[in-house]
This record gives sequence, C-alpha cells and structure tokens, in this order.
Amino acid sequence: MAQTGRSKGRVVTVHPLVVRITHWISAVAIVCMVMSGWQIFNAAPFLPLVFPPWMTLGGWLGGAIAWHLAAMWLLVANGIVYVGYGLAARHFSRSFFPLSARSVWGDFRSALTFKLGHTPGVYNAVQKLLYIMVLLFGILAVLSGLAMWKPVQLQFLAAILGSYPSVRWVHFVAMTGIVGFVVIHLALVILVPRTLPTMITGRARLDPEPEISHEA
Amino acid sequence: MKREPGLLSARDLAPELKRVERRLMLKTGLSLGALTMLTGCNLADGDMTDRALFAMLRFNDRVQALLFSKTRLAATFPASRITNPFKFNAFYDEDDVPDIDGATWKMEVSGLVQDKTPWTLARLRAMPQENQITRHICVEGWSQIGEWSGVPLRLFLQKIGADTRAKYVGFKCADRYYSSIDMESALHPQTILALDFIGKPLPAEFGFPMRLRIPTKLGFKNPKHIAALYVTNDNPGGYWEDQGYNWFSGS
Repeated sequence: MAQTGRSKGRVVTVHPLVVRITHWISAVAIVCMVMSGWQIFNAAPFLPLVFPPWMTLGGWLGGAIAWHLAAMWLLVANGIVYVGYGLAARHFSRSFFPLSARSVWGDFRSALTFKLGHTPGVYNAVQKLLYIMVLLFGILAVLSGLAMWKPVQLQFLAAILGSYPSVRWVHFVAMTGIVGFVVIHLALVILVPRTLPTMITGRARLDPEPEISHEA
Repeated sequence: MKREPGLLSARDLAPELKRVERRLMLKTGLSLGALTMLTGCNLADGDMTDRALFAMLRFNDRVQALLFSKTRLAATFPASRITNPFKFNAFYDEDDVPDIDGATWKMEVSGLVQDKTPWTLARLRAMPQENQITRHICVEGWSQIGEWSGVPLRLFLQKIGADTRAKYVGFKCADRYYSSIDMESALHPQTILALDFIGKPLPAEFGFPMRLRIPTKLGFKNPKHIAALYVTNDNPGGYWEDQGYNWFSGS
C-alpha cells in the first residue's frame, strides 16, 4: 500500500534470507553446470559451434562430466529449497503475480525508453515474466538432463521429451534460455547497481517518494 | 596384427601418450575449477577438488545402482531405424583394430567361477542366442542404433558356475582395453556377449569375435575383442574409468 513520504531513506528488508542464500548458491551451481556443460557439448557438437576452452570447466570430457554430475546435486537440492520456500511462504504468488500480457508490454516499452522506475523489492512485469521463465527453463534443464543421464531407468521422462537425440536439443534450448536470462539479469544489475548489495544484505533504502513496500 | 616382440613403434605409444595427456588434463582442468569455484579454499591444492569430484563420482555410482532396475528394459527399435553407416569408435584409429583369428581365438574365464575352461567361438555359438536392436549411447553425447545377437551374459555366468553374489564382472580385451560392470547389470536380460552385428559375425572394427553389448550402460562400458572374463569382488575399474569417467555409467 502507498505509504507517506515521511520515511525518507527508511531501510527495509526486500529479499528474505532463504532467497538470498539460494540465489547465490544457484549462481555458483549454474556457472558450474553451464561451463562444464559447454565442455561436454564440445565432445560431440550437434551445431557448428565449439565453446572456447576459457569458457569451459573440467579440462576434458571426463573432468567436465565429473563437475556436471557433482554440481547437479547442488543445483537440484538448492532448487528444491528455493521452490519449496517460494510456494510455502507464498514468495512466488506475492512477487511474481499478478502478471498480464498488457503489463509486460507496458513495462517493456517504458524500460526501452528508460522511463521505468525501480522500487526496491518490487518487480516490474518484465522482471516477473523473466523470473518465471528462468524457473521454467531451469525445470526443463533438470528434467531433460535427467532424461539424458538415465534414458533407460527414467524412460518415461525421455518419452515425454522425445527421443535421445531430441532430449539433447531440449537440454541445449533450456541452457540457452538460462544463459539468456543471466545476460539480461547481469545487464540490469549493471544499469541499477544498487540492487547488488541488496541481494547480499537483503536490505534496501527506500526512495523518498511514496512507495509500494513489499515484504515477502 | 603380428608384431615383433620387443619393438615399439610410435603408433603403439600414441594411445598411451594420449592417455597420460588426458590424465594430466583432468588435473589441470580441475585445478582451473578450483581456482574459479573454490575461492577461499587452498588454491594451490588442486588435489582437494580432485578428491571431492572423485568422491562425488563414487556417490553417483551408488545412486545409479539404486536407480537400476533388473527388469526395466532399454527401448528396442525396428530394423528400419538401424543407423547406417554405423560409426567406428575406439581409443585408437581404425587401422589399429586387432586382427583376430576366430578359429584359434579363446576366451579365458577366471575368478569366482567353478568352470574355468576357456571358451571357443563354436561353444559360444552353441549357447542360446538373443537378438536386440537398441540404442548405443556414447559418453560424448552421440548415439546410434544397432542390432546385436549373442549369448545372454546371465546364461553364460550360470553355465560357468559364477558366484552371482560377487560384485563385479571384469573384461580384458585384445586391444588392451579393459572394463568392468556390476553384477546386477551383468544379470540384466539385455546384457549379451555379442557375436553378431546386423545378422553377420561382428566385423573387426565392431569387436570381432566377441564384445559385450549392454544397452543399460554407456558405449565405453561395451568392451570389444574380449579375451578374458572374470568374476571378482574387487572393482577392476576400466580403461576410461580409471582416468575419471564415471564407473557405473548406467543409462
């Protein structure tokens, strides 16, 4: 709800501890997964594309798979905590919804003309859409990854996602979605640098104008 | 292939050198990982990351053994789906495929088995044969569908009086390759000692005279040109496994 502007510089908690911890763990896990995944891709590229060694992790295929299937547990365990918290504490429903195509389009247009304001802890419609999409890409990456890891034992998963070769494509598309999100996400942090310390401390100083406060 | 004893050519050494190089790569690769990922830990000590990764590999072995089902079958395909041409793949070039005489070839059997009589091709052919058209999935990510026939390993192990409570079945090959599988996977109905590929005896490049075909594991767990089979409780490892590929590598 709108508050009075009297509280200039008031410090509020915008990111709960669980969200901050899982955010940084997932940052580490995603970097490990993507870099080792690129090394694995290089072993048998299905696109005319090879990732340069400095972008990869593991040194060779065996090392990369060892990293990938170790970081996988971190990613999944962390993801379960985050999604569990997001649902149980109603973090998702409060932060990502309501969301409409009209609001996304409106905020997208204002963002392009640099007219979109930033209120700590309140996501604009474009952000909401991006966060929902990266969550879905993450789930797709995990499911397609499991289908590729265990095409016989988890064959129902492979069957949903197609044949073994097409599961590799699905996994690649999911990775591309996640990397695309990370690129936009980092670009926005560079544009609005004060969001970075907030993601560490959880606290933000509110602007002097009346704001919609957000507690998750 | 006839070789003069005691003489080594550069070609003989190439796979070994490649292997040493790979092992070094694992180290440097993991050290790079240590640098990028484990800031705050002892950066000079790449071995710690190595140990952590090998511990995770062993953990993944156990998870895969739990996920493995004795009765769940790998998907089979119609003959029209067989990949043509079928790709050769080994740790050496196609020129170096061993040239084995099927008439004199024998497979040695040892370890925790009652009957250690070596096996000839004729004796293997006299055993019940099973046929499968399955997908062969390489650890590199590519895959191809092929047709193999041969003796179910389960029947073979029964025939030689193997102790099926033992943990591992190991294989030594004529091309200096070696590998091993867990007993549960060895007893799986689709695990066969393959003698034929698409209705004909295995071509030299695909493992003549006998290879393991195990569609519940990755391609490198399907050793070719098998010269010896043994049952043991000590994990025999494998050519790639000892360099860092996951040992269980189930699919």
